[in-house]
Amino acid sequence: MTSPPTQADIDLEIAAIRAAREGARTHHPDRDYAPYRSTALRHPKQPLVPLKDPEAAELTGPVFGVTDVTALDSDLTRQHPGEPMGERITVQGRVLDRDGRPVRGQLVEIWQANAAGRYPHQRDDHPAPLDPNFTGVGRCLTDDEGGYAFTTVRPGAYPWRNHLNAWRPAHIHFSVFGTAFTQRLVTQMYFPGDPLFPYDPILNSVTDERARRRLVAAYDHELSRPEWSLGYRWDIVLDGPAATWTEEGR
Amino acid sequence: MNPTPSQTVGPFYGYALPFPGGGDLAAGGVTVHGYVHDGAGAPVPDALLEFWQADPAGGLRGTPGTLRRDPVNGAIIGRHGVDFTGFGRVPTDADGRWTLRTLVPGTGYISVCVFARGLLHHLYTRIYLAEHPFLDTLPPERARTLLATRERDDVYRFDIHLQGDKETIFFDFG
Repeated sequence: MTSPPTQADIDLEIAAIRAAREGARTHHPDRDYAPYRSTALRHPKQPLVPLKDPEAAELTGPVFGVTDVTALDSDLTRQHPGEPMGERITVQGRVLDRDGRPVRGQLVEIWQANAAGRYPHQRDDHPAPLDPNFTGVGRCLTDDEGGYAFTTVRPGAYPWRNHLNAWRPAHIHFSVFGTAFTQRLVTQMYFPGDPLFPYDPILNSVTDERARRRLVAAYDHELSRPEWSLGYRWDIVLDGPAATWTEEGR
Repeated sequence: MNPTPSQTVGPFYGYALPFPGGGDLAAGGVTVHGYVHDGAGAPVPDALLEFWQADPAGGLRGTPGTLRRDPVNGAIIGRHGVDFTGFGRVPTDADGRWTLRTLVPGTGYISVCVFARGLLHHLYTRIYLAEHPFLDTLPPERARTLLATRERDDVYRFDIHLQGDKETIFFDFG
């Protein structure tokens, strides 16, 4: 049995791929990204088949409404009888399409570890405490400007078994719907200045530095509330084409 | 504007994204079921599939109410069974298996979006329940990966292979 890779091994792999991609303007990670070991058997080896059909169902998408969320869903600190441990934060921003138009009335879902870096999931056996007052799941609908907002606690970093001494930088998972199924996005939001950034193969799977920066929220003092919470701003831009209903007169 | 990059759904979405009845779009229609396999042929027990489809008349407007909530305690009570929302979400089980109960879409296909731990950017494919002219436009040796097998009345099998000899066709909508 071979010994697991060290952080130094992974660092070299990350650097080699980055050097090979120098200057390339790509937005999304390659599905084949060896430093993240679990990609090995889970990426297609055949090229994707282009599909350009103005009638494609994927140019439309699921619809959500007021029945699908409750007011408590967007405040992850109020879902249990007591206050969760940790640093209370707000995360807010806008969901836009690539033309900068707001994505209105669509579902934004988040999930995250607690302040100690632990998920309430059976398969998470990281020896950090669970918090009985924090589940770490939130939902909201975007408003007329595409805006979303969550109140939560800052998640902790946590270890994983990709390689020896592997640690994920603190992040919040986001799931976002656009007006089209083609615009579907599941991603992760990171916190500015995290010292773990250079070591993380998942973040670094986005090989273009400019694109990587778009995964990092900004601390915004204007959003911090006195004696209450620290504010972060993170805007989300959805990729992919969508049907233009008005032009088609539908 | 430049898009926000994708990142993997990871291993811990299970308490956040799936919801009761996520694969039960409608009763009295068809059942579509299958497995998700990795490049070694092993089942993928931590994939999440999303489905979007037209109604039986081909309508693609969709309606809210997939995640309908109980205003008393916030629990998900799900679809009320009158409107067809067109959207489903199913995590694979420990065996890598998933099941969908839905109506036959008027367009002939069900769109699928695949998420998984180890998959950095989701993948799109389609389930065709019967022969369709679109399948003739695809590389013939691979087109069959999109055609579900009718096992018996109203029960169809559709396996997704992320990699390997039987690799499913995945689409780029550009």
